[in-house]
Amino acid sequence: MRILEGEGVSKYFGGLAAVSNVDFHVDHGEIAGLIGPNGAGKTTLFNLISAALVPKPGAIKFKGENITGLKPHQICRKGVARTFQSVKTFANMSVLDNVVLGSFFGMSTGMSSADAVTEATGLLEFMGLSALRATPAKDLTLANQKRLEVARALATKPELLLLDELMAGLNPTEVAQATELVTRIRHKGITIFMIEHVMEAIMSVCDRIIVLHHGEKIAEGTPQQIATSRKVVEVYLGE
Amino acid sequence: MDITTLISKKSLVWWAIILIIFILLAFVPLYAPGYAAILLSSILMYVILTISWVMFSGPTGYMSLAPAAFFGVGIYASAIIGGKLPFPIVVGIGGLASFCLALLVGALTLRLRGIYFAIFTFGLVMLMAHSLLFWELHVTGTRGRFVIVMGYNTIYYYLLGISMLLLLTSYLIRRSKYGLALQSIGQEEDAAAHTGVNVTMLKVTIFAISAFFMGAAGAVMATKWTYIDPFIAFNPFYSFMPVVMAIFGGMGQLYGPIIGAAILTYLEEFLITKFAEVYMLIFGTILVIAILYLHDGLVGLIQKWRRRIWGERYANT
Repeated sequence: MRILEGEGVSKYFGGLAAVSNVDFHVDHGEIAGLIGPNGAGKTTLFNLISAALVPKPGAIKFKGENITGLKPHQICRKGVARTFQSVKTFANMSVLDNVVLGSFFGMSTGMSSADAVTEATGLLEFMGLSALRATPAKDLTLANQKRLEVARALATKPELLLLDELMAGLNPTEVAQATELVTRIRHKGITIFMIEHVMEAIMSVCDRIIVLHHGEKIAEGTPQQIATSRKVVEVYLGE
Repeated sequence: MDITTLISKKSLVWWAIILIIFILLAFVPLYAPGYAAILLSSILMYVILTISWVMFSGPTGYMSLAPAAFFGVGIYASAIIGGKLPFPIVVGIGGLASFCLALLVGALTLRLRGIYFAIFTFGLVMLMAHSLLFWELHVTGTRGRFVIVMGYNTIYYYLLGISMLLLLTSYLIRRSKYGLALQSIGQEEDAAAHTGVNVTMLKVTIFAISAFFMGAAGAVMATKWTYIDPFIAFNPFYSFMPVVMAIFGGMGQLYGPIIGAAILTYLEEFLITKFAEVYMLIFGTILVIAILYLHDGLVGLIQKWRRRIWGERYANT
């Protein structure tokens, strides 16, 4: 079953096609990867899905429902959460408050503050951030800030989680931890769509990979198929 | 000990202190000479403007220079309908008129960020003043208006009532999930939106609630001045003072803006009466020093002292 579907999704900045006529889908329960060289339009596509930008032309469907033109907070409440390539934590708020905000506002139905705190505490434990709950987010290491972003996204109870370069800037140990984290999130029953440059990570966790280049989709398939695709190798290494 | 119980115990003590202060303040006109009520009225007026300003601009970081516009709308509302309706209703209408203006302006401009928002809100003050002037010159053929006069004790009690209501509202917003959401908007607005916060709605609503109190204060204060014209009502000074007082007092705690407003208003009165010629010079110097050396305002200073006295127990978390 398709949880997310895009039809002819495009976005032009002036005359430049950042994303051009891309058809894509993400299946329920899978880990889908989105790769491509710098400037390929990966983050723009994530911005279109999460409604930071509006596709024109094109349509995006979530669980069969057209969600094009909704506002970011509505997309979030429908069940699509995201993290950011350049981390955007609430710097002066405590780690706990960062996550509590997600519990409070991530769903259309309200939540008491005691429940929100309990839920956020549980998520911090899941992410291994319990010891830092009272620390302001700005004092965390990059790896922990990225974990915090994931915790905040999970607090909104998403069905689909968009991870934008979760592993960029992390050292090998941290990459291994992040990879393990991705699989643990999937075991919670959350579908994952992730942009990644760390190839070994994406090849090992993804069920299916979509490749963008100059805003167009040039390939799609299992990690095995992508690794052996002539077109993909050409794009990455030059002809 | 759990953090939440610690906070509520601490705040209970604060509320007791505040309640006692308000009760004492309520008795001031009975025991103190007339001047006390007049001075306290000016202080309360600035306290209202400053707390209202901090309610929106403090957590979000949107620097609003519109207080004078909302204050002025209240003043004009009072001038137009004062005497025709019971005074509490006049005050309510003054607040509501500002609330509506803020809804309209907020919906149009809260997409603007940083300096653009500040300049637009300042432009609003000028726009209101000049449109009213144009209206008076070309349509009604008058210049300014007379306002019904109220006793200074009445003015004082109204301002005291509005301050109490404002303090309570401000506290409840701060403590609620919307307080947290406002903070998140100030830190990373995009991330707040993607975390499910309806940022536009929240910003406009809080902006309008803060404008309500400014308008209500304007409606009360108008009766003190007996005569107003567009440039008395929409004086940019009332936009800048709340900002200065909030920075001076410190925005981290609710009592910051209160002590900031109280001290600076008293200082202003004192300097005007004692050093009429150089009062602005001294006032300006004090402000420059405060901004250079008191980064978190008086609140920051108090917290520093408290930490020095009681150790790190109350460390800022």
